[in-house]
Amino acid sequence: MIDFELSESIVNSRQMIHMVAEQLMRPISREYDEREHEKPTEFLETMWKVSAGTSFGADREADKKAAASGPKESNLASCVNIEELSWGDAGLYLSIPNPGLGGAAVLAAGTAEQKQRFLAPFKGGEMKWGAMAITEPHCGSDSAALQTTAVRDGDDWVLNGTKIYCTSGLMAAEKSDGFVVVWATVDKTAGRAGIKSFVVPAHTPGMKVIKVENKMGIRASDTAMIVFEDCRIPLDNILGSAEVQTGNEGFKGAMATFDATRPLVAASALGIGRAALDFAREALERAGVKIRYGAAASTLTALERDFMEIESELQAARLLTWRAAWMMDRGKRNNLEASMAKAKAGLAVTRVTQKAVEFLGPLGYSRKLLLEKWMRDAKINDIFEGTQQINMLIVARRILGYSSKDLS
Amino acid sequence: MFDLEMTEDQKLIHDTVASFAKAEIRPIAHDCDESGTIPPGLAEKGFELGLVHSAIPEEQGGYGETRSAVTGAIVAEELAWGDLAIAMHLLTPRLLVYPLLEAGSAQQIAQVLPPFALGHQVATAAVVEPRFDFDTTRFTTTAAAKDGGFVVNGAKCFVPLADESQTILVLAQLDEEPAAFLVPRGAAGVSIGEREKNMGVKALATYEVGFENVQVPASARVGDAAAISRILNRSRIALGALAIGMARAASDYARDYAKERKAFGVAIAQKQAIAFMLAEMAIEIDASRLLLWEAAWMLDQGKEATRECVLAKRYASNACLKITDNAVQVLGGHGYVRDHPVEMWLRNARGFSSFEGMAIV
Repeated sequence: MIDFELSESIVNSRQMIHMVAEQLMRPISREYDEREHEKPTEFLETMWKVSAGTSFGADREADKKAAASGPKESNLASCVNIEELSWGDAGLYLSIPNPGLGGAAVLAAGTAEQKQRFLAPFKGGEMKWGAMAITEPHCGSDSAALQTTAVRDGDDWVLNGTKIYCTSGLMAAEKSDGFVVVWATVDKTAGRAGIKSFVVPAHTPGMKVIKVENKMGIRASDTAMIVFEDCRIPLDNILGSAEVQTGNEGFKGAMATFDATRPLVAASALGIGRAALDFAREALERAGVKIRYGAAASTLTALERDFMEIESELQAARLLTWRAAWMMDRGKRNNLEASMAKAKAGLAVTRVTQKAVEFLGPLGYSRKLLLEKWMRDAKINDIFEGTQQINMLIVARRILGYSSKDLS
Repeated sequence: MFDLEMTEDQKLIHDTVASFAKAEIRPIAHDCDESGTIPPGLAEKGFELGLVHSAIPEEQGGYGETRSAVTGAIVAEELAWGDLAIAMHLLTPRLLVYPLLEAGSAQQIAQVLPPFALGHQVATAAVVEPRFDFDTTRFTTTAAAKDGGFVVNGAKCFVPLADESQTILVLAQLDEEPAAFLVPRGAAGVSIGEREKNMGVKALATYEVGFENVQVPASARVGDAAAISRILNRSRIALGALAIGMARAASDYARDYAKERKAFGVAIAQKQAIAFMLAEMAIEIDASRLLLWEAAWMLDQGKEATRECVLAKRYASNACLKITDNAVQVLGGHGYVRDHPVEMWLRNARGFSSFEGMAIV
């Protein structure tokens, strides 16, 4: 039955996480925006203690089983929680120790043994991070063009190549006992079919972080460039089959990770957007400007029109995001809907935060308030985990029934 | 618990209305727009679908089904996918019936509704006024207490099927608040103008209606200001859903055309300039529907939802205009000629910024 009410357990966890966002994240938000490359150790330790063992992304097999045994809502719950954390601070949220996107890849494509081996260490002990390394200096959206190689040598895979824009890459590769999931080709002549993902445990010789990027926003989160030089990992660290299949099946499997993670990234965008929208609404109300929803169109001010527009944009993005997560929870294929949500949310949060800065004029532009920071933080959502344009391309292919060859 | 699955009943209703729209509405849409008429008999077929009487209580001969705004949105979207003017025409009797179900007295319901359960009846509501600053919170049509009843003065426009309706539900300003009145078309002082000539929805017969010292009894008043607010919100849901249905029609048509039409050796859908327009249409249609369903769901829960209804209707109307405009663009010159339906959808779409209270769920 069509129902927009969140369950009690989601509402409760949202309340709890909102307190974390308000009391632990907001007070240090500006500080770790200014002190880029420093880590809020106390905050991270706290988050590790309360959240250790939670994963990011979806376990398809588990989802299917759970869907068969009755309604489940862990993906939706993740979206709601991530929105709340990102309302607190998106950069800090991204820096929280957990398996991250690397964990999502393990959940989406790993065997039961691999899930146990790589994810169980996240249930306790010292803080750990997982990361995903796809982008290379010469290729981003066109991930099929990546040049990092994985060559089988006896009982090892040997990785060579350079990865950039790896979120939490420094923490995952060198500053904890986490892991990095690396996308590499086992056969350059095979194109997409040759691309596989590999789990590289932290501190593996041959893996080295050579740069941490300086960024426009989400500065509390490290974004690493990692070089792999004759980096050896065990044979059974490959996720999925080593066989180079004909067609796109292997690549599709790897890309399926995104169906799980795009709604989560969209949810983070929503949190930043809501922070800016709430802030702008309250600031305007204090100044005596109230948005009159029922008023005649001819009497609306430009500000009211803009405000109503971005408010609906954000809510539209939220509902598209929740739909994509809800579909995962029900074991439905959500490739189209996940891309719709990500394309919409990335654009919506960009517009919402830019408008919010405009609404507050010089106050909005000043670093005395967090609004300008949210605008800087927001923009990444229109880029990472598939740019807006790549997600539009996926939506277009799906609605037209086109392959990537038909529409590139 | 968050859920977007229709109930089995809703699926059945959806499928029934969707096949009616495909089989009975779409094939005649073009001719109806050209001729400005809707074939007699179609309204009876609409009646058989239960568009009006299923919500009438059993005591008055109906099926007594709940008037779910969500279900109403599903039905309106499918009808408008067939054709907007015909959809509005078929839904017109609701303009009287539904406000009475929402806020009518037992006596009004018993008196007015039984014929609507027996067969197709024409009825309407007069909401919109012919001025640029039309405001649903402050009508310029007025009602004043007089001789134990009310006297109504003012001018309305976009009143569908006014010339055939026995009773018109008139929204007017009563002192500081909006009020609704049942006004017989034949009452002294009611004048039905010439049929309006509009840019779109040309098959829907709409009229200007004048009220000059029209005297109605006290018993003609329907509900209070709060009821009118609910009625207008239910109308926003209906209009938003109609916008989505028509946007989907345009988007489907443009998509199919773009896959057929070749340029530079490939289908134009294989060009990103076109493909991205189509992708945006798909996203915005789903976004509009989710916003609208959420607002409708709030109404079904009995929550105050003026903000949500206003925003959802605005969003869907704007999306519909952009989508129909882009549909014309995808077809290029072929989109501009009347052999293809996309130019009609664009003409129709512009209306949603002016339409208020012209459909209801």
